[in-house]
Amino acid sequence: MARIKTFQFDTLSLHAGQRPDPTTGARATPIYQTASYVFKDTEHAASIFNIERTGHVYSRISNPTNAVLEERISALEGGVGAIATASGQAAMHLAIATLMGAGSHIVSSQSLYGGSHNLLAYTMPRFGIDTTFVDPRDPDAFRQAIRPNTRLLFGETLGNPGLEVLDIPRVAEVAHQAGLPLLIDSTFTTPYLCRPFDLGADIVMHSATKFLSGHGVVIGGLLVDGGIFDWEASGLFPTLTEPYEGFHDLDFAEEFGPAAFITRARKEGARDFGACMSAMTSFLILQGLETLPLRMQRHVENTRKLVEYLDRHEAVEWVIYPELPGHPDHELAKELLPKGSGAVFSFGVKGGREAGQRFIERLELVSHLANIGDAKTLVIHPASTTHHRMDAGALKAAGISEGLVRISVGIEDIDDLVEDIGLGLRAAQKCS
Amino acid sequence: MQLKINGHEVFVANGNRDLDQEKPTVLFLHGTGQDHTIWVLPTRYFSRHDRNVLAVDLPGHGRSGGEALESIEAIADWAIQVLDTAGLSTAAVVGHSLGSLVAIAMAARHPQRVRAIALIGITVPMPVSELLLDNAKKDKHEAIEMLNFWGYSKSAQLGGNATPGNWMLGGGMRLMEKAGPGVIHTDLNACNKYIEGLEHASNVRCPALLILGERDMLTPVRSAMEVAAALSHAEKVVLEGCGHALLTEKPDPVLDQLIRVV
Repeated sequence: MARIKTFQFDTLSLHAGQRPDPTTGARATPIYQTASYVFKDTEHAASIFNIERTGHVYSRISNPTNAVLEERISALEGGVGAIATASGQAAMHLAIATLMGAGSHIVSSQSLYGGSHNLLAYTMPRFGIDTTFVDPRDPDAFRQAIRPNTRLLFGETLGNPGLEVLDIPRVAEVAHQAGLPLLIDSTFTTPYLCRPFDLGADIVMHSATKFLSGHGVVIGGLLVDGGIFDWEASGLFPTLTEPYEGFHDLDFAEEFGPAAFITRARKEGARDFGACMSAMTSFLILQGLETLPLRMQRHVENTRKLVEYLDRHEAVEWVIYPELPGHPDHELAKELLPKGSGAVFSFGVKGGREAGQRFIERLELVSHLANIGDAKTLVIHPASTTHHRMDAGALKAAGISEGLVRISVGIEDIDDLVEDIGLGLRAAQKCS
Repeated sequence: MQLKINGHEVFVANGNRDLDQEKPTVLFLHGTGQDHTIWVLPTRYFSRHDRNVLAVDLPGHGRSGGEALESIEAIADWAIQVLDTAGLSTAAVVGHSLGSLVAIAMAARHPQRVRAIALIGITVPMPVSELLLDNAKKDKHEAIEMLNFWGYSKSAQLGGNATPGNWMLGGGMRLMEKAGPGVIHTDLNACNKYIEGLEHASNVRCPALLILGERDMLTPVRSAMEVAAALSHAEKVVLEGCGHALLTEKPDPVLDQLIRVV
């Protein structure tokens, strides 16, 4: 009997969403660097505007190069559709703005990327959307924080900086019992290591700047719709289940079924908020995605070796990585992240803030910067950079020790990485 | 729009426009385990172009109540009840897969009510493999996976959706996952046991258009030849490179063909 299996992950990473260009024969995805698209005639224009025919109108709303990227991430995540956005932050905002308005509430993990925390804690409240932050290790805390006006639960596959492994199945269960969707930021893990839809999540977002690209040359985000959540049954989402005056009374759930969320996000969110991705950026992210499986394997392989090295190093106080037996989520990581717990982790340099600074300054191969997910290894020492104004007490309250170093492990030769980091650690201990 | 037939709610997508008995009507019939959403583009087109549009959810599907009907003839007679309840005398009937069999049965059994038929992804008879039927009977997810896998051309399984940003296989999978217990099996079984199809086709007198996918693995072009020959006023169009999910893989060419007949 013929194999009943569609294309596999590695194949989809290379091909999904794109076929050779029918006009030119170009094998690579062309960069459609255009703002707008010519209509055949007025009837053709009307039929595209009214969603009777397919096609592009204006690149803020859709673009052929972006469409390839959007399809590819949808395929890799197992979703129904996606939107490429100007950044991961834009993807997150688009998700929120599509689901709710003023007077709504979000329950979020407290262990978040700083930008996401800022958006939820300080910016969205100005627009009438409040957030309660809870311990990501406690699904019941999510449940208890839900209010009548809650419209979304949110968390990251791996928390920041503690690498808490979110128990997606249990948090999804909490969300669904309350008629709410679960949005997952899957930037740290990518679909190669974790497919949140398979675990019960409803919407996924990425900062595509990171591992999806790998090259660190663009800023971009992706918002992916799993197509699973039943908006009608929930009854809490009028943006998806009631006529939308801004599009001739279109009822997205009624007309687009499983693709209701992503269609509304495009027809309203991309149109009105306008945080679109450029075609050139999509093209560059696609170049990275082609090698995602190979890179992620190497990222994880190098991370495991480096974690092992640091865990035994006398100049290192502690290492936080879910695959270490002492990590509180060790067992959960084995269950949810069997291919690896990502390539970002933290460790503490003995000697506190000054030792951490000396470590960073001695590094020559590893880059000191505020990013993660490049193919190159990156480090940052929060106490001397992003959080340098905080004293030891304030840092502790933020869950950051003075000697904490966050590292995003690249795909260099592991021996070269170990040598560079070893020299840094030796320098860190010289005057301490 | 909601209708009530045999005590059950029936959902009909009508393009948000009031029905007008002076206008020609188009009735859309979806395939196995699906619902009206597969017709979203043509529904919007024809409702803007002076047609009454009725894109129904068959009993037990989508937003319609009741149980899925067990035979093509029963669905055909039910569809006539839809026209009756909506106060419409005739319709052009557009069906996909299972829906295309229903269109033939309607045109044969109620010739005065059907002015044209468009048959998308059709073969008559429409045998279903034992393995697929068995998986569907047990409500196994494998049944959906088989239908989804065979439903798209190999090329479409790599994407290239005409609708920007949407992943065809994901959408197809999620739509069928929404089907209730036993629905897919009932639908497949209705297709499988519809042995009167060719006889019905030979009795059809209205214009018929067959829209076929060159790479259709479920209802291959060659197997549609017999029904094309049985229909007295049939025209056949084969869409290059297309699989069974013609409305997703080639939505605009399908619409261009429908415009000619409905």
